Amino acid sequence: MNTAAIETQENYLNAGYDLKSWLLTKDHKRIAILYLITITIFFFIGGIFASLIRIELMTPQGGLVSSETYNKLFTMHGIAMIFFFLIPSIPATLGNFFLPMMIGARDLAFPRINLLSWYLLVIGGGFAIFAMLAGGVDTGWTFYTPYSTTYSNTWVIATALGIFVSGFSSILTGLNFIVTVHRMRAPGMTWFRMPLFVWANYATAVIQVLGTPVVAVTIVLVFCERVFHIGIFDPALGGDPILFQHMFWFYSHPAVYIMVLPAMGVISEIISVFSRKPIFGYHFVAFSSMAIAVIGFLVWGHHLFVSTQSVYAGLVFSFLSYFVAIPSAVKVFNWTATLYKGSISFATPMLYAFGFIGLFTIGGLTGLFVASLGFDVHVTDTYFVVAHFHYVMVGGTIMAFLGGLHYWWPKMTGRMYPENWAKLSAAIIFVGFNLTFFPQFILGYMGMPRRYHVYPDEFQVLHVLSTAGASILAIGYLFPMVYFMWSLRYGELAPANPWGATGLEWTMQSPPPVHNFDKIPVVTHEVYDYSTVVKEGVEIG
Amino acid sequence: MAEQAHSPVETLALREQFNTAEQQKESSTFGMWIFLITEVMFFGGLFLAYTVYRNTYPVVFGAASTSLNAVIGALNTAVLLCSSFTMVLGVRAAQLGRRRALIVFLILTLLLGMVFLGVKAYEWNEKFVEHHVPGAHFHFEGAAEQGPAQLFFSLYFAMTGLHALHMVVGAGILSWLLFHAVRGRFTAEYMTPVDIAGLYWHFVDIIWIFLFPLLYLIDRHMR
Amino acid sequence: MSEHVDSVKTYTAVWLILLALTGITTGVAYIDLGAFSVVIALLIAAVKMLLVALFFMHMRHSTKLTQLAAAGAFLWLFIMMAFTLADVWTRGLVGTLGR
Repeated sequence: MNTAAIETQENYLNAGYDLKSWLLTKDHKRIAILYLITITIFFFIGGIFASLIRIELMTPQGGLVSSETYNKLFTMHGIAMIFFFLIPSIPATLGNFFLPMMIGARDLAFPRINLLSWYLLVIGGGFAIFAMLAGGVDTGWTFYTPYSTTYSNTWVIATALGIFVSGFSSILTGLNFIVTVHRMRAPGMTWFRMPLFVWANYATAVIQVLGTPVVAVTIVLVFCERVFHIGIFDPALGGDPILFQHMFWFYSHPAVYIMVLPAMGVISEIISVFSRKPIFGYHFVAFSSMAIAVIGFLVWGHHLFVSTQSVYAGLVFSFLSYFVAIPSAVKVFNWTATLYKGSISFATPMLYAFGFIGLFTIGGLTGLFVASLGFDVHVTDTYFVVAHFHYVMVGGTIMAFLGGLHYWWPKMTGRMYPENWAKLSAAIIFVGFNLTFFPQFILGYMGMPRRYHVYPDEFQVLHVLSTAGASILAIGYLFPMVYFMWSLRYGELAPANPWGATGLEWTMQSPPPVHNFDKIPVVTHEVYDYSTVVKEGVEIG
Repeated sequence: MAEQAHSPVETLALREQFNTAEQQKESSTFGMWIFLITEVMFFGGLFLAYTVYRNTYPVVFGAASTSLNAVIGALNTAVLLCSSFTMVLGVRAAQLGRRRALIVFLILTLLLGMVFLGVKAYEWNEKFVEHHVPGAHFHFEGAAEQGPAQLFFSLYFAMTGLHALHMVVGAGILSWLLFHAVRGRFTAEYMTPVDIAGLYWHFVDIIWIFLFPLLYLIDRHMR
Repeated sequence: MSEHVDSVKTYTAVWLILLALTGITTGVAYIDLGAFSVVIALLIAAVKMLLVALFFMHMRHSTKLTQLAAAGAFLWLFIMMAFTLADVWTRGLVGTLGR
């Protein structure tokens, strides 16, 4: 198809240019783009707070900001990144865009609820931004009581409202995905012919639906305590602050699997395509996604090891926390086995996938360290934990998100990104990331507490290394923002299937038409069957 | 061109993302059940808090519970059960395409719901007058420890309040259904909104089925 | 899925049983059953819930998937309660971690 024809063909992007056609759209692809813009804004906001934190931590005595302000910085960094970037990220952007296509549907089951879920994220985000601008909140993203309910003088209520509303965004996305996967698969699209990205988002959706309501009601109670002085976490009344922690972490631990499961789904897709092999042990990977979702609900007490939670409960939670690592490990082994004797291509998405496997493994292994009761007593509330979760969330999820964005960019926009700049950025990000967070493992083990901006002089070298890494990482993140925008105008036009991938999304034009399929396909091939596709056009490194 | 080949005019019973009306109906129903699951977990958090504190302060909770009027509570429970009865009869009428019957049952359900909320308002006012509302003016005569008594009443107001909020939303939904039933929007082929609204209403009833014994009937035999 | 239309008789019977159970649970509350009071109360509530779910919410006619989903909700609620209570009930039996 010649370039002129590609440029003028009707697709979901040029089917209406006015604001109303975007803000009142029912098209899952447009909603995905709306989400992409929104979460990128929050990534920026969270990134600004991170920069301020790292600058502050360059010197042992602080000095840039007061302790009170520093408390606000790490709180708002966490809130922006977790609730308004990571939780929605892959499901609401890549999931929204591709899940219907991957199963051969025209849209999700409930398109208007999909749009509503975006508005809820925006409204919730509005409350959060208001709180940030009006003076900030300093409770930590974890809102522990009684500080958050009784003693904090900051904008807890506004922030709580923001998180509550955005929680419903997450619930509705999950609800939509579950119904869609059960009821809208094309003829012949059996459960075990679905791409693993769909399995991953389905497992995530189950978590969203079962877990988010609990944190929602917990926030309602914090709200009631601050506004109506109806306290149930107040120790002065005989209330139990640890009950808050149980209720909070019942969601917030599975929440980390909301953040990482879709990322694993992306990696499955990328590894398969760029090895030109079906994923090794497809069934195991699919079932592992479900296992992570289920077992992930049984481990929350590992956040309460030193909270005065009973030692017996701690033992049970510790054991189960080791158990939950197993399905994740199964996936890592299967990805590695997929690479064996594969026809490996080192395109940018694959570079991010390699990065993910290495960094997620480190993050996951250090998760086992902190799952051990004894070790956790030593490193809890230190930088060791901070490093652990950044390895899985940033080294894991964000790398996978970037990989997926690059992989599916041609399909979403009809343009190729500039490959050399993309590879360079991936390298910068990898270096920057490790320089930022590896020193933090050492810092934490040596005793540097988290959420402190004043520290002993002997920790300064490691902190400076970490800050240097952060500046490199920041540059690494800025490059894609620039060249992705550039590619929209000047990027090479993309064919329908630049990577030679399997999957129904690659059978349609780039960008896709409004209704995805002219005729609902009847699926006869198994998943990841490369004998059925021919790679077109674009040459990669 | 994509537009031509796919499904024709969109109707209420067959929206464009679906292939058959049956698929749409099944999806809508399943979607409502998933939503109800989220509601189970939402209320569940409050039930958890209740369980933990009743377990920790059984005597005070018993005393506080006795200060509620069990007869009124039981009668209100009956009112809500009757509203579930009229609701399911309304759904049945819709299934059979009987517009007038549907309208009558929707009105009855709405009225019974209003009665429930009215009684609730009366009960809350009683609590206010007796200084059993948590906060600065709280005082409970039936127990030495005021703190745990306040915990009970915090939970009482949180749980019945959240339930009442769901009832209000339910009333809004019923009104919307009524509005459209009068306009003849629902037929035997397309009555999904009535069906799933019914699911919601029954669920809110089930919440109350648990709230009533847990809040009103903790420890009645001593007094 | 064919549309099951239950009879008015069925619904009326369920309604009357529900009202009766409400009366029973209220009356039984005034009898001293010690620790059994709460068990009986919850059992009666559970029966009422099942009646509403199976008959009024048509769960006896619904797909296995719906029934599984509903059961799953209660399983999850149970998990949340069981593990939290496992902490609350065993605190103080051994020392506190880290001390």
